[in-house]
Amino acid sequence: MRRALFILPLLTLALMAGFFAWSLTSGRDPASIGSAVVGRPAPKLDLAALRDGEPALTDALLKSGKPVLVNFFASWCTPCLAEHPLFTRLAERDGATIIGIAWKNKRADALQWLKRLGDPFKYAGLDLEGRTGLDWGLSGVPETYLVDGQGMVRLHFRGPITERDLNERILPALKGAK
Amino acid sequence: MRIALALLLLVFAFPAFAVDPSEVLPDPALESRAREIGRSLRCVVCQNQSIDDSNAEVARDMRRAVRERLVAGDKDAAVFDFMVARYGDYVLLNPPFKARTLLLWLGGPLVLLVAGGALLIAARRRKAIVPPRPLSDEEQRRLDSLLKE
Repeated sequence: MRRALFILPLLTLALMAGFFAWSLTSGRDPASIGSAVVGRPAPKLDLAALRDGEPALTDALLKSGKPVLVNFFASWCTPCLAEHPLFTRLAERDGATIIGIAWKNKRADALQWLKRLGDPFKYAGLDLEGRTGLDWGLSGVPETYLVDGQGMVRLHFRGPITERDLNERILPALKGAK
Repeated sequence: MRIALALLLLVFAFPAFAVDPSEVLPDPALESRAREIGRSLRCVVCQNQSIDDSNAEVARDMRRAVRERLVAGDKDAAVFDFMVARYGDYVLLNPPFKARTLLLWLGGPLVLLVAGGALLIAARRRKAIVPPRPLSDEEQRRLDSLLKE
Protein backbone atom coordinates (compact mmCIF):
# COMPACT_ATOMS: atom_id res chain seq x y z
CA MET A 1 0.00 0.00 0.00
CA ARG A 2 2.80 2.45 1.06
CA ARG A 3 4.84 1.43 -1.98
CA ALA A 4 1.88 1.89 -4.30
CA LEU A 5 1.53 5.52 -3.23
CA PHE A 6 4.92 6.36 -4.73
CA ILE A 7 3.54 5.62 -8.20
CA LEU A 8 0.97 8.39 -7.79
CA PRO A 9 3.15 11.32 -8.97
CA LEU A 10 4.35 9.27 -11.93
CA LEU A 11 0.78 8.36 -12.76
CA THR A 12 -0.29 12.02 -12.59
CA LEU A 13 2.56 12.96 -14.91
CA ALA A 14 1.57 10.22 -17.36
CA LEU A 15 -2.07 11.36 -17.31
CA MET A 16 -1.09 14.97 -17.97
CA ALA A 17 1.34 14.02 -20.75
CA GLY A 18 -1.41 11.96 -22.34
CA PHE A 19 -3.83 14.86 -22.21
CA PHE A 20 -1.30 17.31 -23.68
CA ALA A 21 -0.39 14.88 -26.48
CA TRP A 22 -4.06 14.45 -27.29
CA SER A 23 -4.61 18.22 -27.28
CA LEU A 24 -1.73 18.71 -29.71
CA THR A 25 -2.73 16.01 -32.16
CA SER A 26 -6.53 15.92 -32.09
CA GLY A 27 -6.96 19.42 -33.53
CA ARG A 28 -8.93 20.43 -30.45
CA ASP A 29 -9.27 24.22 -30.21
CA PRO A 30 -9.90 25.40 -26.64
CA ALA A 31 -10.89 28.86 -27.94
CA SER A 32 -13.61 27.43 -30.15
CA ILE A 33 -17.08 28.41 -29.06
CA GLY A 34 -18.76 25.78 -31.23
CA SER A 35 -21.91 26.28 -33.23
CA ALA A 36 -25.51 25.84 -32.24
CA VAL A 37 -26.83 25.85 -35.79
CA VAL A 38 -24.93 22.91 -37.32
CA GLY A 39 -27.19 19.88 -37.84
CA ARG A 40 -30.33 22.00 -37.66
CA PRO A 41 -32.52 23.66 -40.28
CA ALA A 42 -30.97 26.88 -41.53
CA PRO A 43 -32.16 30.02 -39.75
CA LYS A 44 -34.48 32.36 -41.52
CA LEU A 45 -33.23 34.33 -44.51
CA ASP A 46 -35.15 37.46 -45.40
CA LEU A 47 -32.88 40.22 -46.65
CA ALA A 48 -32.83 43.05 -49.15
CA ALA A 49 -30.52 42.43 -52.09
CA LEU A 50 -27.15 44.12 -52.01
CA ARG A 51 -26.99 44.77 -55.74
CA ASP A 52 -29.52 47.09 -57.32
CA GLY A 53 -32.46 45.60 -59.14
CA GLU A 54 -32.14 42.08 -57.72
CA PRO A 55 -34.92 40.28 -55.83
CA ALA A 56 -34.72 39.99 -52.03
CA LEU A 57 -33.06 36.92 -50.46
CA THR A 58 -35.50 34.35 -49.05
CA ASP A 59 -35.50 30.89 -47.45
CA ALA A 60 -36.27 29.37 -50.86
CA LEU A 61 -32.62 29.93 -51.84
CA LEU A 62 -31.58 27.52 -49.08
CA LYS A 63 -33.89 24.68 -50.13
CA SER A 64 -33.15 24.50 -53.82
CA GLY A 65 -32.06 20.85 -53.71
CA LYS A 66 -28.45 21.99 -54.23
CA PRO A 67 -26.02 22.78 -51.41
CA VAL A 68 -25.15 26.45 -50.99
CA LEU A 69 -22.46 28.34 -49.15
CA VAL A 70 -23.48 31.36 -47.09
CA ASN A 71 -20.66 33.81 -46.42
CA PHE A 72 -20.95 36.81 -44.12
CA PHE A 73 -18.41 39.50 -45.03
CA ALA A 74 -17.73 43.22 -44.76
CA SER A 75 -15.57 45.63 -46.70
CA TRP A 76 -13.94 46.76 -43.44
CA CYS A 77 -12.88 43.24 -42.51
CA THR A 78 -9.29 42.23 -43.22
CA PRO A 79 -9.60 38.44 -42.90
CA CYS A 80 -12.44 38.66 -45.45
CA LEU A 81 -9.85 39.95 -47.87
CA ALA A 82 -7.69 36.91 -47.19
CA GLU A 83 -10.40 34.34 -47.87
CA HIS A 84 -11.89 36.13 -50.87
CA PRO A 85 -9.79 34.39 -53.58
CA LEU A 86 -10.96 31.01 -52.25
CA PHE A 87 -14.59 31.96 -52.83
CA THR A 88 -13.74 33.20 -56.31
CA ARG A 89 -12.18 29.80 -57.00
CA LEU A 90 -15.12 27.92 -55.47
CA ALA A 91 -17.50 29.80 -57.73
CA GLU A 92 -15.47 29.65 -60.93
CA ARG A 93 -13.72 26.30 -60.76
CA ASP A 94 -16.10 24.25 -58.63
CA GLY A 95 -19.37 25.86 -59.66
CA ALA A 96 -20.45 26.41 -56.05
CA THR A 97 -23.51 28.53 -55.33
CA ILE A 98 -22.44 31.19 -52.87
CA ILE A 99 -24.69 33.63 -51.07
CA GLY A 100 -22.78 36.65 -49.82
CA ILE A 101 -24.16 38.74 -46.99
CA ALA A 102 -22.61 42.12 -46.25
CA TRP A 103 -22.74 42.47 -42.45
CA LYS A 104 -22.85 45.93 -40.85
CA ASN A 105 -21.54 47.39 -44.02
CA LYS A 106 -22.69 50.39 -46.02
CA ARG A 107 -24.18 49.32 -49.33
CA ALA A 108 -21.84 51.52 -51.39
CA ASP A 109 -18.74 50.29 -49.50
CA ALA A 110 -19.66 46.63 -49.95
CA LEU A 111 -20.40 47.10 -53.65
CA GLN A 112 -17.12 48.98 -54.15
CA TRP A 113 -15.23 46.19 -52.37
CA LEU A 114 -16.77 43.53 -54.64
CA LYS A 115 -16.08 45.65 -57.71
CA ARG A 116 -12.44 45.90 -56.74
CA LEU A 117 -11.89 42.23 -55.85
CA GLY A 118 -14.40 40.46 -58.05
CA ASP A 119 -17.86 39.23 -57.12
CA PRO A 120 -18.16 35.47 -56.55
CA PHE A 121 -21.68 35.69 -55.13
CA LYS A 122 -24.64 34.35 -57.06
CA TYR A 123 -26.90 36.09 -54.56
CA ALA A 124 -25.91 38.95 -52.31
CA GLY A 125 -27.78 40.46 -49.39
CA LEU A 126 -27.30 43.35 -47.00
CA ASP A 127 -27.55 42.85 -43.24
CA LEU A 128 -26.89 46.42 -42.16
CA GLU A 129 -28.06 46.02 -38.55
CA GLY A 130 -26.82 42.49 -37.97
CA ARG A 131 -30.27 41.01 -37.29
CA THR A 132 -29.83 38.13 -39.73
CA GLY A 133 -26.34 37.57 -38.35
CA LEU A 134 -27.80 37.17 -34.84
CA ASP A 135 -30.35 34.63 -36.10
CA TRP A 136 -27.52 32.64 -37.66
CA GLY A 137 -25.46 32.67 -34.45
CA LEU A 138 -22.82 34.89 -36.02
CA SER A 139 -20.02 36.17 -33.78
CA GLY A 140 -18.38 38.43 -36.36
CA VAL A 141 -17.08 38.42 -39.91
CA PRO A 142 -16.03 36.46 -41.80
CA GLU A 143 -18.11 33.38 -41.09
CA THR A 144 -19.21 30.76 -43.56
CA TYR A 145 -22.01 28.18 -43.48
CA LEU A 146 -22.70 25.25 -45.75
CA VAL A 147 -26.39 24.47 -46.15
CA ASP A 148 -27.37 21.23 -47.88
CA GLY A 149 -30.09 20.95 -50.51
CA GLN A 150 -32.74 20.22 -47.86
CA GLY A 151 -31.97 23.40 -45.97
CA MET A 152 -29.95 21.82 -43.12
CA VAL A 153 -26.80 23.56 -41.92
CA ARG A 154 -23.89 21.13 -42.33
CA LEU A 155 -20.78 23.21 -41.67
CA HIS A 156 -20.03 26.45 -39.87
CA PHE A 157 -16.65 28.16 -40.03
CA ARG A 158 -15.90 31.02 -37.67
CA GLY A 159 -13.15 33.19 -39.14
CA PRO A 160 -11.69 33.00 -42.64
CA ILE A 161 -11.83 29.70 -44.49
CA THR A 162 -8.48 28.23 -45.47
CA GLU A 163 -7.21 26.15 -48.36
CA ARG A 164 -7.35 23.17 -46.03
CA ASP A 165 -10.99 23.82 -45.01
CA LEU A 166 -11.84 24.08 -48.68
CA ASN A 167 -10.17 20.82 -49.71
CA GLU A 168 -10.91 18.69 -46.68
CA ARG A 169 -14.38 19.84 -45.65
CA ILE A 170 -16.14 22.16 -48.08
CA LEU A 171 -15.53 20.37 -51.38
CA PRO A 172 -16.41 16.89 -50.02
CA ALA A 173 -19.56 18.33 -48.44
CA LEU A 174 -20.55 20.08 -51.66
CA LYS A 175 -20.17 16.83 -53.54
CA GLY A 176 -21.82 14.70 -50.87
CA ALA A 177 -24.74 16.90 -49.83
CA LYS A 178 -27.18 16.75 -52.68
CA MET B 1 -8.09 66.71 1.79
CA ARG B 2 -6.58 64.72 -1.05
CA ILE B 3 -7.28 61.48 0.75
CA ALA B 4 -10.86 62.54 1.37
CA LEU B 5 -11.28 63.26 -2.32
CA ALA B 6 -9.78 59.90 -3.27
CA LEU B 7 -12.12 58.14 -0.86
CA LEU B 8 -15.06 60.05 -2.24
CA LEU B 9 -14.16 59.04 -5.79
CA LEU B 10 -13.78 55.45 -4.63
CA VAL B 11 -17.25 55.47 -3.11
CA PHE B 12 -18.84 56.89 -6.22
CA ALA B 13 -16.92 54.71 -8.68
CA PHE B 14 -19.41 52.57 -10.59
CA PRO B 15 -18.47 49.69 -12.85
CA ALA B 16 -18.35 50.82 -16.48
CA PHE B 17 -21.26 49.43 -18.45
CA ALA B 18 -21.24 49.26 -22.22
CA VAL B 19 -24.98 49.83 -22.34
CA ASP B 20 -25.53 52.95 -24.41
CA PRO B 21 -28.13 55.47 -23.17
CA SER B 22 -29.91 55.16 -26.54
CA GLU B 23 -30.42 51.44 -25.90
CA VAL B 24 -32.16 51.91 -22.56
CA LEU B 25 -35.84 51.00 -22.52
CA PRO B 26 -38.33 53.68 -21.36
CA ASP B 27 -39.98 51.17 -19.00
CA PRO B 28 -37.66 50.90 -15.95
CA ALA B 29 -39.07 47.50 -14.93
CA LEU B 30 -38.31 46.01 -18.35
CA GLU B 31 -34.91 47.71 -18.42
CA SER B 32 -33.94 46.24 -15.06
CA ARG B 33 -34.95 42.78 -16.33
CA ALA B 34 -32.87 43.41 -19.45
CA ARG B 35 -29.86 44.30 -17.26
CA GLU B 36 -30.36 41.19 -15.16
CA ILE B 37 -30.42 39.02 -18.30
CA GLY B 38 -27.56 40.94 -19.92
CA ARG B 39 -25.34 40.26 -16.93
CA SER B 40 -25.74 36.47 -17.35
CA LEU B 41 -25.26 36.33 -21.11
CA ARG B 42 -21.74 35.87 -22.36
CA CYS B 43 -20.42 38.00 -25.19
CA VAL B 44 -19.45 35.52 -27.91
CA VAL B 45 -16.30 37.30 -29.04
CA CYS B 46 -14.75 38.31 -25.73
CA GLN B 47 -14.58 34.94 -23.92
CA ASN B 48 -15.43 36.11 -20.44
CA GLN B 49 -17.34 39.36 -20.50
CA SER B 50 -21.08 39.67 -20.19
CA ILE B 51 -22.89 41.40 -23.04
CA ASP B 52 -23.58 44.31 -20.68
CA ASP B 53 -19.85 44.82 -20.14
CA SER B 54 -18.73 44.42 -23.72
CA ASN B 55 -18.39 47.02 -26.43
CA ALA B 56 -18.29 44.41 -29.21
CA GLU B 57 -20.67 44.85 -32.15
CA VAL B 58 -22.25 41.48 -31.53
CA ALA B 59 -22.77 42.24 -27.86
CA ARG B 60 -24.69 45.37 -28.82
CA ASP B 61 -26.88 43.37 -31.20
CA MET B 62 -27.52 40.85 -28.44
CA ARG B 63 -28.50 43.58 -25.97
CA ARG B 64 -30.90 44.99 -28.52
CA ALA B 65 -32.37 41.53 -29.19
CA VAL B 66 -32.87 40.95 -25.44
CA ARG B 67 -34.81 44.21 -25.20
CA GLU B 68 -36.86 43.45 -28.29
CA ARG B 69 -37.85 40.06 -26.88
CA LEU B 70 -38.83 41.61 -23.54
CA VAL B 71 -40.91 44.33 -25.20
CA ALA B 72 -42.60 41.60 -27.26
CA GLY B 73 -43.69 40.10 -23.93
CA ASP B 74 -41.22 37.21 -23.55
CA LYS B 75 -40.53 35.71 -20.12
CA ASP B 76 -36.86 35.79 -19.01
CA ALA B 77 -36.52 32.06 -19.68
CA ALA B 78 -37.76 32.55 -23.24
CA VAL B 79 -35.09 35.21 -23.82
CA PHE B 80 -32.39 32.81 -22.63
CA ASP B 81 -33.82 30.09 -24.90
CA PHE B 82 -33.73 32.54 -27.80
CA MET B 83 -29.99 33.09 -27.26
CA VAL B 84 -29.16 29.43 -26.60
CA ALA B 85 -30.90 28.46 -29.87
CA ARG B 86 -28.48 30.76 -31.70
CA TYR B 87 -25.25 30.51 -29.74
CA GLY B 88 -25.59 27.32 -27.71
CA ASP B 89 -24.96 26.84 -23.97
CA TYR B 90 -21.71 28.80 -24.43
CA VAL B 91 -23.71 32.01 -24.25
CA LEU B 92 -24.79 31.32 -20.65
CA LEU B 93 -22.36 32.60 -18.01
CA ASN B 94 -24.10 30.28 -15.58
CA PRO B 95 -23.72 26.84 -17.17
CA PRO B 96 -26.75 24.51 -16.98
CA PHE B 97 -26.55 21.31 -14.92
CA LYS B 98 -26.63 18.38 -17.34
CA ALA B 99 -24.70 15.27 -18.34
CA ARG B 100 -22.05 17.20 -20.28
CA THR B 101 -21.38 19.62 -17.43
CA LEU B 102 -21.48 17.04 -14.63
CA LEU B 103 -17.70 17.14 -14.17
CA LEU B 104 -17.74 20.93 -14.14
CA TRP B 105 -20.31 21.10 -11.37
CA LEU B 106 -19.28 18.07 -9.32
CA GLY B 107 -15.52 18.03 -10.02
CA GLY B 108 -14.67 20.52 -7.25
CA PRO B 109 -16.73 18.88 -4.47
CA LEU B 110 -15.45 15.48 -5.62
CA VAL B 111 -11.80 16.51 -5.27
CA LEU B 112 -12.56 18.04 -1.87
CA LEU B 113 -14.24 14.82 -0.75
CA VAL B 114 -11.44 12.56 -1.95
CA ALA B 115 -8.63 14.77 -0.61
CA GLY B 116 -10.47 15.36 2.67
CA GLY B 117 -11.08 11.64 3.08
CA ALA B 118 -7.43 10.85 2.41
CA LEU B 119 -6.30 13.46 4.96
CA LEU B 120 -8.74 12.10 7.55
CA ILE B 121 -7.49 8.56 7.08
CA ALA B 122 -3.88 9.72 7.30
CA ALA B 123 -4.61 11.63 10.53
CA ARG B 124 -6.33 8.59 12.07
CA ARG B 125 -3.38 6.38 11.20
CA ARG B 126 -0.90 8.75 12.76
CA LYS B 127 -2.81 8.67 16.04
CA ALA B 128 -2.83 4.89 15.99
CA ILE B 129 0.99 4.70 16.05
CA VAL B 130 1.95 3.26 19.51
CA PRO B 131 4.75 4.95 21.45
CA PRO B 132 7.89 2.79 21.57
CA ARG B 133 8.17 0.30 24.43
CA PRO B 134 10.12 1.73 27.44
CA LEU B 135 13.66 0.45 27.98
CA SER B 136 14.03 -2.67 30.07
CA ASP B 137 16.26 -2.56 33.23
CA GLU B 138 19.03 -4.37 31.36
CA GLU B 139 18.93 -1.83 28.47
CA GLN B 140 18.85 1.12 30.86
CA ARG B 141 21.96 -0.14 32.69
CA ARG B 142 23.79 -0.54 29.38
CA LEU B 143 22.79 2.94 28.28
CA ASP B 144 24.03 4.44 31.57
CA SER B 145 27.35 2.66 31.34
CA LEU B 146 27.86 3.79 27.74
CA LEU B 147 27.08 7.37 28.66
CA LYS B 148 29.63 7.30 31.48
CA GLU B 149 32.48 6.28 29.19
